[in-house]
Amino acid sequence: MSAAEDDERASVQVVTPDGRFEPNAAAEEYLPYLERVTDDDQRRFYRDMAVVRRFDAEAGHLQRQGQLALWAGSHGQEAAQVGSGRALRAQDTIFPAYREHAVAKIRGVDLLDVLRLMRGLTNGGWVPEEVGNFHLYTLVIGAQTLHATGYAMGVALDGAPTGDPERDEAVLVYFGDGATSEGETSEAFIWATSFATPQVFFLQNNHWAISVPVSRQSRTPLVDRAAGFGLRATRIDGNDVLASYAVTAKQLDDARAGRGPGFIEAMTYRMGAHTTADDPTRYRGSSELEEWRARDPIARFRTHLEAQSLADDGFFADVDQEAADFAADIRRRVVELGPPDPALIFDTVYTDEHPLMSAQQDWLRAYEAGFGA
Amino acid sequence: MTTTWTMSRALNAGLDAALAADGKVLLLGEDVGPLGGVFRVTDSLAAKYGPSRVFDSPLGEAGIVGTAIGLAMRGYRPICEIQFDGFIYPAFNQITSQLAKLTARHEGKASFPVVIRVPYGGHVGAVEHHQESPEAYFAHTAGLRVVSPSTPNDAYWMIQQAVQSNDPVVFFEPKSRYWPKGEVDEESPAATLHTSRVVRGGTDLTLVGHGAMVAMMLQAAEVAATEGTSIEVVDLRSLSPIDFGPLVRSVEKTGRLVVAQEAPGFASLGSEIAATVAERAFYALHAPVLRVSSFDTPFPPAKLESLYLPDADRILEAVDRALDY
Repeated sequence: MSAAEDDERASVQVVTPDGRFEPNAAAEEYLPYLERVTDDDQRRFYRDMAVVRRFDAEAGHLQRQGQLALWAGSHGQEAAQVGSGRALRAQDTIFPAYREHAVAKIRGVDLLDVLRLMRGLTNGGWVPEEVGNFHLYTLVIGAQTLHATGYAMGVALDGAPTGDPERDEAVLVYFGDGATSEGETSEAFIWATSFATPQVFFLQNNHWAISVPVSRQSRTPLVDRAAGFGLRATRIDGNDVLASYAVTAKQLDDARAGRGPGFIEAMTYRMGAHTTADDPTRYRGSSELEEWRARDPIARFRTHLEAQSLADDGFFADVDQEAADFAADIRRRVVELGPPDPALIFDTVYTDEHPLMSAQQDWLRAYEAGFGA
Repeated sequence: MTTTWTMSRALNAGLDAALAADGKVLLLGEDVGPLGGVFRVTDSLAAKYGPSRVFDSPLGEAGIVGTAIGLAMRGYRPICEIQFDGFIYPAFNQITSQLAKLTARHEGKASFPVVIRVPYGGHVGAVEHHQESPEAYFAHTAGLRVVSPSTPNDAYWMIQQAVQSNDPVVFFEPKSRYWPKGEVDEESPAATLHTSRVVRGGTDLTLVGHGAMVAMMLQAAEVAATEGTSIEVVDLRSLSPIDFGPLVRSVEKTGRLVVAQEAPGFASLGSEIAATVAERAFYALHAPVLRVSSFDTPFPPAKLESLYLPDADRILEAVDRALDY
């Protein structure tokens, strides 16, 4: 089966690529989760996607202008991220990879902190408990899948679910198609099913692991592979924000209710480079890019909102202005960032006292002082 | 109150005490449950604390350590067992790139109190991957603490202290010392976790080492004493950080140092000790610091291990060389 045929297998889709609200057969069991989506929520989804896309573009510019060491873009993946991010409940915990900027923003991360990471000012950037339990980005591919699983084991150890979805916790972990080849990701699937953890694995299949296509990662549809591990596995149109929302909401509620771990394969596309360090024209053709541009998550949802009379030109103008303001504010604050405190090198390595940390910090201070005022 | 226990039994009692003291302490790993571990160190603990506190993991070292990290994020204090020294490498990413660095990644605002127990070392005639001494890899990695007890008493106390540490601890258990018995004082710990200790006084030369080498160093010192040489023996106990104070003071007194270790010598803990003592006690030294190590080869088939591993005779050979300077 070719990769293209692969993608055409039944995926949950609610809004068609040309913007018609036409839930397909696979979407049927998830429709009750759309009933709770208000018109305001739909406009919120659009706003989330549009603002983050503008932020992403600004971050790319900042990198090109030497203000960031690196940028890992999210262009094209906004629907997968916003739908799943908005499906989370306040008590849920999220383990991202490193390009889930939309989810970070939804949970309350100041996206300046993401840029502090990419500027080389921190290796973290936020305190998960202060930003909706959104954990730090993990740059080693797939490593966070095990952390999420261990955390979810802890949720289960803390007590059986009460049956109240407003209280029971679930864990969501993001990873990409490249990560599915990492042994640690397979181990996470095994541990999750063995311990029946309250968690959902959210795979953003953006088709490219830097320059290597997903066909080199797997000859089997990844959603089928997940089912082989015993995960409740569903494939969705990852560029459909309503599909992403509804399926994630159901999967999370199933997980929090004690029905075991789930898996979502969101079929999407990385419209830009893997990071600013690579050149996608060396490994993929423009026809593929154009094919996916026609499936753009934001344009599609705008057509839907217009067709359903949920938003007018004034709304879209307002969103554009908010996005522009957001980007300008980020730019202003990034360039004002000062250097990190050298104490960060030593003070944060251990929780308890460690003799080498104090000795080496003292040495560095004396050495620096030796250069005089 | 003192009791006579093997190290295996002392570790079991120490783990029991740690589990009893704090409901957040968990014990996990391959075969640690009903079987009680391949060395029976966790014997009967699953029955006593139940499957939510002491449980078997699927067979995957990265999974064991990676999920322990997640459990620590949730507020638990997991103790994981890696079944044998040579099986730790599949977990290397989770230990060195994740566990070791997560507190720094969180800018000090999160702690990862995970203990990784590792039976290690040779002298047991086992097949490949079951006799290695990989402690230098972990001592080299910032963010980890690395310790190794040499006696049942230290094992009993150090495992409890390791569980109380708010930083990750890699806890190396010298498997050739699991079965000899020793006195354990259940009332008061002999020392804090990261201290080295003079275990035999002497004036002519200092021997330093850890784990199973401590018994061999004491044996060598005993033989040397019959030949009129007074050897001071220092048990390192903590491999990261290293408590250099007692060692440097000892060398300032004796003027000679031999480091003994089961690990290969190249880029080893012995190398670090030799360099640091040379820096701190240069004028006290009457001879270069000598290292007694295994060879810089893979651990050979077990029938050759007596040629590969250092023993009391090889330690004495280095002692003679140091004294001849």
